[in-house]
Amino acid sequence: MKDKIFRILLFAAALAILFLSAGIIYALVNRSLEVFGEYGIWGFVANAEWDPRPVTEEYGAFSFIMGTFYTAFFSLLLCIPFALSVALLNGEYFRGSKLSSFVRSIVDLLAGIPSIVYGLWGFYTVRPIIIEMGINAQGFGIFLSSVVLAIMIIPYASSLSTEFLSMVPNKLKEGAYSLGATRLEVVRHINLPTAASGILASFILALGRALGETMAVTMLIGNTNKIPQGLRDTGNTMASVIANQFGEADGLKLSALIAIGLLLFIITALINLVAKMVMKKLARV
Amino acid sequence: MQRIYLFILLVVLLISCNNNSAHVHSGSSEATLSGAGATFPYPFYNIVFRDYMRLNGKVTVNYGAIGSGGGIRSLRDRSVDFGASDAFLNNKEIASMSGEVIHIPTCMGAVVMAYTLEGVDSLRLTGPLIADIYLGKIRKWNDSRLKAVNPGVSFPDLDITPVYRSDGSGTTYNFSEYLSIVSPEWNTIMGKGKALKWEAGIAAKGNPGVAGIVQQTEGAIGYIGSEYALTLKLPVAKLKNRVGNYVDATLETISAAANVELPDDIRATITDSDDPGAYPISLFTWILVYKDQQYGNRTKKEAEALVSLLDYIISDEGQKVAVQINYAPLSIQAVEKTRKLMEEIHYGEEVINVPM
Repeated sequence: MKDKIFRILLFAAALAILFLSAGIIYALVNRSLEVFGEYGIWGFVANAEWDPRPVTEEYGAFSFIMGTFYTAFFSLLLCIPFALSVALLNGEYFRGSKLSSFVRSIVDLLAGIPSIVYGLWGFYTVRPIIIEMGINAQGFGIFLSSVVLAIMIIPYASSLSTEFLSMVPNKLKEGAYSLGATRLEVVRHINLPTAASGILASFILALGRALGETMAVTMLIGNTNKIPQGLRDTGNTMASVIANQFGEADGLKLSALIAIGLLLFIITALINLVAKMVMKKLARV
Repeated sequence: MQRIYLFILLVVLLISCNNNSAHVHSGSSEATLSGAGATFPYPFYNIVFRDYMRLNGKVTVNYGAIGSGGGIRSLRDRSVDFGASDAFLNNKEIASMSGEVIHIPTCMGAVVMAYTLEGVDSLRLTGPLIADIYLGKIRKWNDSRLKAVNPGVSFPDLDITPVYRSDGSGTTYNFSEYLSIVSPEWNTIMGKGKALKWEAGIAAKGNPGVAGIVQQTEGAIGYIGSEYALTLKLPVAKLKNRVGNYVDATLETISAAANVELPDDIRATITDSDDPGAYPISLFTWILVYKDQQYGNRTKKEAEALVSLLDYIISDEGQKVAVQINYAPLSIQAVEKTRKLMEEIHYGEEVINVPM
């Protein structure tokens, strides 16, 4: 009897989640119809113009899509060396040692820091360094937000990579050692290639995380509604434009912001799907 | 399991207790007034309504800071007793309301230019210069046009970082309205609005966001609501007013902007005021009420309470509260005109006698 109730409860919970997600998608699509009807889907996605003045009102998502891709990919690029070294340290060189568990808990701690704390740290600590470096006059922009984002996504990329690296079979490594390979050669020719698709998947997941990050980016990117001209420039991401302008928006502008939310939802879902597929491929091997 | 039930019971009990006390409270009050609208005067209304309720325990006043547009909509739907707005209604909007509306100014404010620049303690600016900075035409602090109005000030060779609001805002509206008046170029390129399409600078959310960036960035300049900037004591620029004087933004100079011939319905723009001592980007904030208070199922008691509340806001005590939190008080002339205007509020055929 108890077993039955438990099963029904589980089933109901799973179903509720399903309905909730369907509801979110429905609400997003429903509220974006107005702006898609006005400009067409492609006309909205590919237009870089964002003009909220009543007389010349015009909304397009392209500059925010570009801003999102700039920050997400640049931060991913910046995080790769750090995340990979942490993963190698924990999953190969110092696997199971005290140092490894210490580093692991520190990296996990990074994941637990609230986004706004990263934002404040970026604002007060990293920004003056960026100004000192002469990246740009006021420090804000793609560069600053990418640096902070990179640190934020290191734990996501490294923890999964660690798992995959420690799953590399010992037989392979022992074989390589017996042929006279050095440790570096083992890492390069055995560990990394064997765990490659797992590592790739973990970085894709980290990218998905970087795409949707809102609070810290809003505080650091400069919030200008135009396509960023390079990494030194300011911009706006899809998440930050929603956070900035949602409060006072109504009518077509509100619909445009919700449509941007829908686009972000789709992009993140696609990224997660790709990561899942890469991992599945790995499981089959 | 029992513990959980106990906990739920406790929560339910607590909630019901709360409800009871709320009922008792509203039961004792004779009238409940609700209003909605502008966020700019919200801190002022918060305190002045609370003070009024303490003086007059029979009246409860609620205010929702949902933005000027929302306040006007709510008054049009008659879902509130008063609306609040940072801009007066134009004739078209007045015609769209469900009855004759009168405007009661409650206090004054301004938009100030805050800046951070080492070694520059006093900065003078004119409207056209501000326009050029935000249009990206003046990019350096040592620009000759800035030097020309600031004799004796040594400017560094530093980029100017103009900061503006990333969210829609009445502050942006007032700022751009002023620049549209003084700069034809601004009027054609930028226009006025609660949100604009900006040519230069970076953006942040809300007065705190702009103030934060300006304070932390060498060479930044940003427009901020005076009540916020004066409370934080940020360094702000002196602006050249219509007469040609460079004026600091203080409560006196902001109030002075209303020392012009006001129309009888007080619907006047005091931006770029003619008064020699006036700060140029000054503004009224308004409470809007229907002239005929007999509508829906409103009682005469509620109408009386509303008039007495308005009377309290423009009284010396109410205005003193405004000054304490850095809103500028109404000028004497504005108060007199408003008093006269309030006499026109009536309840059907009956005159409303203020009970206070």
